[in-house]
Amino acid sequence: MPPLLPPSLPDGPTYGVLARFAGPRELLHACERVRDAGFTRWDAHSPFPVHGLDRAMGLGTSPLPWIVLALGLAGAAGAMLLQWWVHVRAYPLVISGKPLFSWPAFVPVTFEVGVLFGALGAVFGMFGLNRLPMHHHPLFQSATFERVSDDGFFVSIESWDPKFDAQTTTRMLRDLGAVDVELLASS
Amino acid sequence: MTAPRVIETARLHVPAGSGLARLPLVACVVGLLGTAASVALGHGTRQLYFSWLVAFLFCLTLALGALFFVLVHFATKAGWGVAVRRLAENVAGAIPVLALLFVPVLLGLHELYHWSHPEAVAADPLLQAKAPFLNTGFFGIRAVLYFVLWGGLGTLYLRASRRQDDSGDERITRGLTAIAGPALIAFALSVSLAAIDWIMSLDPHWYSTVFGVYVFSGCVVSFISLLVVLSAAIARAGGMRGVVTVEHFHDLGKLMFAFTVFWAYIAFAQFFLIWYANIPEETVWYLRRLDSGWLPVSILLAVGHFVVPFFFLMPRTIKRRTPLLVGGAVWMLAIHLIDLYWLVMPTLHEDGPHVGLLDLTTLLGVLGLFFATVGWLVTRQPLVPLRDPRLPESLSFENF
Repeated sequence: MPPLLPPSLPDGPTYGVLARFAGPRELLHACERVRDAGFTRWDAHSPFPVHGLDRAMGLGTSPLPWIVLALGLAGAAGAMLLQWWVHVRAYPLVISGKPLFSWPAFVPVTFEVGVLFGALGAVFGMFGLNRLPMHHHPLFQSATFERVSDDGFFVSIESWDPKFDAQTTTRMLRDLGAVDVELLASS
Repeated sequence: MTAPRVIETARLHVPAGSGLARLPLVACVVGLLGTAASVALGHGTRQLYFSWLVAFLFCLTLALGALFFVLVHFATKAGWGVAVRRLAENVAGAIPVLALLFVPVLLGLHELYHWSHPEAVAADPLLQAKAPFLNTGFFGIRAVLYFVLWGGLGTLYLRASRRQDDSGDERITRGLTAIAGPALIAFALSVSLAAIDWIMSLDPHWYSTVFGVYVFSGCVVSFISLLVVLSAAIARAGGMRGVVTVEHFHDLGKLMFAFTVFWAYIAFAQFFLIWYANIPEETVWYLRRLDSGWLPVSILLAVGHFVVPFFFLMPRTIKRRTPLLVGGAVWMLAIHLIDLYWLVMPTLHEDGPHVGLLDLTTLLGVLGLFFATVGWLVTRQPLVPLRDPRLPESLSFENF
């Protein structure tokens, strides 16, 4: 799987091409064709989740679950270690006649910290993978793109895709039934 | 966004001539043979009743999990699982036969329950204090009430859903939704009390307030596992193709995972508080299971009922590969049986587990008779609620 995004948005005269489609059905169809044409640097945008879009775009699985698992386990291990250090090394107090390392007593904190780190991993892992926060994006130059939160269904293909060519890609999107197609500058 | 699907009506019944179509007969024969062998082998022994109780509880927890699944489905107006709901209705609809299978427990009351001996109560102030609740008369009345409630609900939901197959009347769905809420409250209370009556009172001095929830979590996780196995078996026999999809299995897998974690949460909560307070009248129950030959079984439960399924069921890829998910489901059913064995048997064998032939024959007997009934219900009617208003939603259900 190629990396999700390049380290930074590329320099160059064009960011890419943005095409608007009439509805979710048209968007799904267009995505299948863009996928089959072998594009890799592109995205679909819709006002609501469209079932089957993952498949139509040929998306692989996200690495996010591994980040969550790793952080969750690290959090749990860290919490257990911290409690061991506190109760056995730093402040060895005998509490209700139990051994210093009474692991059952440490399980609630271990569980909670594991969950906390897993949740933080999910949120910030998602931010990182999406390069958020991002204060500006070339797509925002388009006035029609505002409809993405209302009734607009978009496909954007980026200019650093090896298959990208301003003219033929624009024509291909028109042939796929795009209502509007526009070329966006990379600013 | 999927195109309308055409599902052959032949797919909506268990295909005639498949192995599944013969299940009721085969299970009935196995059940009768198992019961006969158990009586022949264990006549007059305490082991017979304890083994029977474990086997009975295994089927009872499956059926109660099914009833819970149906009730929650209606209470939450769930759409995704309508395609598999009829299977749950069938398993819950078999509860009346469990009332029959409970009779040997009543017959063995004196063998199973120490508190049922008047001379034991006379010598024991704690049992005297508990006598208003723990006496044979009230015990029997409660058992009747449980079975009236569960059997009534199971039969009611199955019959009403069958009526809707013919009439398509949406008022049936609304009516069942309206009673699902109060029914769930009655279900929760009755399951908790039954767990106290039939399992906890094996050790009449001991008590744990979360015990009913522990048993309930086992009900749900074992039934969801059974549902996965049943759906996959029917799909293999050629039924429900195009009806139950990988999306439904994925969601069942999520529920299995969730209730595995829930079981561990409750099991640890119970252990943790008793361990921490360290009061002899509470720790005695764990002492018997940890400071004896039962220790390996306790460890097996912690690992096999939580650690292994937790990591196995976590990835999406496993939940979406039916053979792997079925493997996980069979594992959970087996470990649930071991859980019940671990709850019941230390009363009889304090030093450690003694698995004998009677454990097998009683299991075959009870399972056979129970699944003969379930199989009979499954084969004689459509596999899905044909005209449920939410069936189209379930058929086109997708996770992403």
